[in-house]
Amino acid sequence: MIPLLFGITMISFGMMHLAPGEPSVVGQEFNPKVSSQDIERLRSYYGLDQPLYVQYWHWLKKLAVLDFGQSFSADGRAVLDKIAERIPVTLWINVLAMLLIIAIAIPIGVASAVRRDSWFDKGMTLFVFVGFAIPSFWLGLLLMIGLGVNLNWLPISGLHDYSWHQMGFWQQQQDMLKHLIMPVFISAIGGLAGMSRFMRSGMLDVIRADYITTARAMGVSERDIHYRLALKNALLPIITLLGLSIPGLIGGSVIVEQLFSLPGMGQLFYESVLSRDYPLVMGITVIGAVLTLLGNLVADLSYAWADPRIRHGNRS
Amino acid sequence: MIGILRQHPLILVGGSIVASVALLALLAPWIAPYDPTDIDVSVILMPPSWQHWCGTDTLGRDVFSRMLFGARVSLAVGFVAVGISMLVGLVLGAVAGYFGGRIDALLMRATDMVLCFPTFFLILAVIAFLEPSIWNIMIVIGLTSWMGVARLVRAEFLSLSGREFVLAAQSLGVAPVRMMWRYLLPNAMGPILVSAILGVAGAVLVESGLSFLGLGVQPPNPSWGNILTDGKDNIQIAWWLSVYPGMAILTTVLGYNLLGEGLRDYFDPKLRS
Repeated sequence: MIPLLFGITMISFGMMHLAPGEPSVVGQEFNPKVSSQDIERLRSYYGLDQPLYVQYWHWLKKLAVLDFGQSFSADGRAVLDKIAERIPVTLWINVLAMLLIIAIAIPIGVASAVRRDSWFDKGMTLFVFVGFAIPSFWLGLLLMIGLGVNLNWLPISGLHDYSWHQMGFWQQQQDMLKHLIMPVFISAIGGLAGMSRFMRSGMLDVIRADYITTARAMGVSERDIHYRLALKNALLPIITLLGLSIPGLIGGSVIVEQLFSLPGMGQLFYESVLSRDYPLVMGITVIGAVLTLLGNLVADLSYAWADPRIRHGNRS
Repeated sequence: MIGILRQHPLILVGGSIVASVALLALLAPWIAPYDPTDIDVSVILMPPSWQHWCGTDTLGRDVFSRMLFGARVSLAVGFVAVGISMLVGLVLGAVAGYFGGRIDALLMRATDMVLCFPTFFLILAVIAFLEPSIWNIMIVIGLTSWMGVARLVRAEFLSLSGREFVLAAQSLGVAPVRMMWRYLLPNAMGPILVSAILGVAGAVLVESGLSFLGLGVQPPNPSWGNILTDGKDNIQIAWWLSVYPGMAILTTVLGYNLLGEGLRDYFDPKLRS
């Protein structure tokens, strides 16, 4: 854990500082009103005149007490505050997307495996391949045209309606939910395809196992074989896969939030990258990686909890 | 050959799509009815017609011609990026798998570390800082997608390194580099090829995502992604600008994925049934 965290900070820092060019607050060479002394002063104010390892050390020391520094942007606010106000939207969308993936992909995968080579299975395989290949933002655009602009069923951008403040509490929840439907679906589409495919092949693997053959020979009904005996074992690897899908979801939030104009961490990252706001970019990268790390940890722990072979094996 | 194709229809379907797209890209200068960068203000944003099969864009350029030339750019990004990621992944994975022990532990920890990052964040940040030229895009996509290959090659080499023919060659004093190149690599070629083909599909998708954010291949060079970006800005008045390039990306990526899946089945007899 700790060396991993250390490595993460090193990559985040290195990536930022080895690239040529400087943040836009400093890059004013072409501005006649800014003298070279001013630029020097700005550079020393932000600590950019010091050698890289010194800058890294300073950043790391502050990071250890959860101080991510100040943003380079005009408001100069603390990086952590800026991230904190944007992160709930991103987390909500990704958590909902993950729940959607679990709720849809697992039944689809199981049904495909049980009815292998049926029309349902073939149709789902086609859906999976298309889901893998479709550029998510393109699908998002098509949905925006179809459901948003032409049919006017769903709002196409933002989190709230203009009349948000006049609404009652339940109306507000309903409004927010409507705004989240398309973003959540678009975030989920890739994972949906991948997970149902994975579930299908996992289920097929388990069905071929010896204990299933034994159960069948003993006359257990097909229903019980599939849903009581096979399903549990086939579900185990899904836990790991969910953990592995976190970086993809977080990375994808840049595109989804940009597409639907949602004020989340992805959008903040995009803005900070364009304005070369070093502390903010590094802060978000580190937090993204730490979220992934935590996700994997939770996945590992729940795997150990869910798998009796590991759960009981450790006690002896 | 025909027998293989009959047994693995995915290879046939995917292979045909891949081959036709590659052919269209190669022959673009001869097929394209117009110059892809030719601006003609008299036909701005024309819907598809007999003169312009896929309509025209905001500068009156022929979308069909731009898509043909865009295919070259998108595929070039895909292939070079995969070439880079294969090279890095092969070297790291081979060294880790062959030597094992401490080197292996060190390299795999490093791989795990890079896997923790939302890759798209890394790509975005580096591209934005380096200027989004086509070469930078290829390099950055390549350098952020080698982890899967490294793990794969390592696992293959580890499982091969205990086999008799490897021990025999080692006892004859074959040098490590020759050992890996001549004896181990050919035996691991199947899965590597599959992951390279799937990698091309992934890289094409990433480039289109970057273009969507305005950080992909820059105009006037056409790429499917940046035609689509144009489409996004004119979505309410010119559907053809978003629909056609999107279909092109979808079809191409689908083709590579199908080919990859087909080859995976072919190389892995365990999955055959």
